[in-house]
Amino acid sequence: MLDKTIASVAEAVEGIRDGDTVMISGFGRAGQPVELIDALIAQGASDLTIVNNNAGNGDVGLAALLAAGRVRHIICSFPRQHDSWVFDELFRAGRIELELVPQGTLAERIRAAGAGIGAFFSPTGVGTQLAQGREHREIAGRMHVIEYPIHADVALISALHGDRWGNLVYRETSRNFGPIMATAARVTVAQVDAVVPLGDIDPESVVTPGIYVDRVVAVGDRPWLQGGEFVGGVDVNGEVHDAEEVRS
Amino acid sequence: MIAGIDRRQVASRIAEGIPEGSYVNLGIGAPTLVADYLPAGADIILHTENGLLGMGAAPSASRIDPDLINAGKQPVTALSGAAYFHHADSFAMMRGGHLDMCVLGAYEVSSRGDLANWSTGAPGAIPAVGGAMDLALGARDVVVMTDLLTKDGSPKLVAECTYPLTAMACVSRVFTGHAQFRITDGQFAVVEIYGEATFDWLAAVLGLDLVDATEEQLS
Repeated sequence: MLDKTIASVAEAVEGIRDGDTVMISGFGRAGQPVELIDALIAQGASDLTIVNNNAGNGDVGLAALLAAGRVRHIICSFPRQHDSWVFDELFRAGRIELELVPQGTLAERIRAAGAGIGAFFSPTGVGTQLAQGREHREIAGRMHVIEYPIHADVALISALHGDRWGNLVYRETSRNFGPIMATAARVTVAQVDAVVPLGDIDPESVVTPGIYVDRVVAVGDRPWLQGGEFVGGVDVNGEVHDAEEVRS
Repeated sequence: MIAGIDRRQVASRIAEGIPEGSYVNLGIGAPTLVADYLPAGADIILHTENGLLGMGAAPSASRIDPDLINAGKQPVTALSGAAYFHHADSFAMMRGGHLDMCVLGAYEVSSRGDLANWSTGAPGAIPAVGGAMDLALGARDVVVMTDLLTKDGSPKLVAECTYPLTAMACVSRVFTGHAQFRITDGQFAVVEIYGEATFDWLAAVLGLDLVDATEEQLS
């Protein structure tokens, strides 16, 4: 029987080694696999290269991993945020390397890795600092710059539901980088609110087919859901609000 | 400084020219004001880079959903008919030329249509580009919403950008509180003048040869 479900987040992050490249899904806090990141902090791997759109928000999740000193290098598009003080301090102190990539190029380099593409040419960034020193080619009258895939040892992603074959569905804009990161890593670990029985996810609605997923671990409802239904009550910053209007 | 119109009025000017059925991305900051002035009931579909077509207004406090945010990471709603998608699809919509229009802020725009809006290049600043480069070169019609001058009085419409470029020759129109410009054949053409500004004042304050296209707007 094929069963990719894992009992605990601690077991779900087993095998991550010092020096690994780890993709972490999320756009800001939306879709960030905070429970898996906490487990990675506890697991202890260090000298990591992290791939994420941002560079941590507040003091939880990716920010906590950075604060713990486990990250040597980060590949991202937008590390400058009003609440990215952990990264700011490390960067200004020269304690983390930053590789800045335009967001669409970041996504496509991840996608290319998962799709077995050796390199591609993109018009994004031509004529800017971010394309300097790399191979350019004029294609159909337009200048392009070469881009290489980004592969990872491990992807840590967050989804709403998964089944024991690893099929995943997401929720709203928390989908973001999850589906492409799942394809680009040697080992993909998905935290889900709930593991559902095989067949409960409509095959027409599967977003990430299980072939891309190696481990699925249930972490319980996110604070603004109950039994998968929206109840509200928590804002983007985790502040608690009165949600009675929604519940009634 | 001669009085112009305020940012909300500029947003309204941009919004009223967007055809029904357009797919539009509004950049972070002032461009998001455009959403408040879209024609009521018109199907104009807003794209947000983090994976949503059919973005609606901000929710009431009790409906805030941390999974449903815009590119500025603010809570939003999804309209009936909305679609979610992953990041590679979202940027394929930009880079692939599927978006009709985007509205972006700017540090500088050159008369060739070069855009600088992601980095001041200041030493010690943390560089961050986000989706700016993909959006600027991908959308079919790139509209800039900005002030005519910086806070210290330097023109933001220039012959050559001095800040690091976001994309080359991408901007087609610039809306400011003092005038609306079109970029054609390496020159800024004044399409519409706002507030107390005049064509001669615009040319003097920018120090550029401007084309007067105000008549064609009226006809």
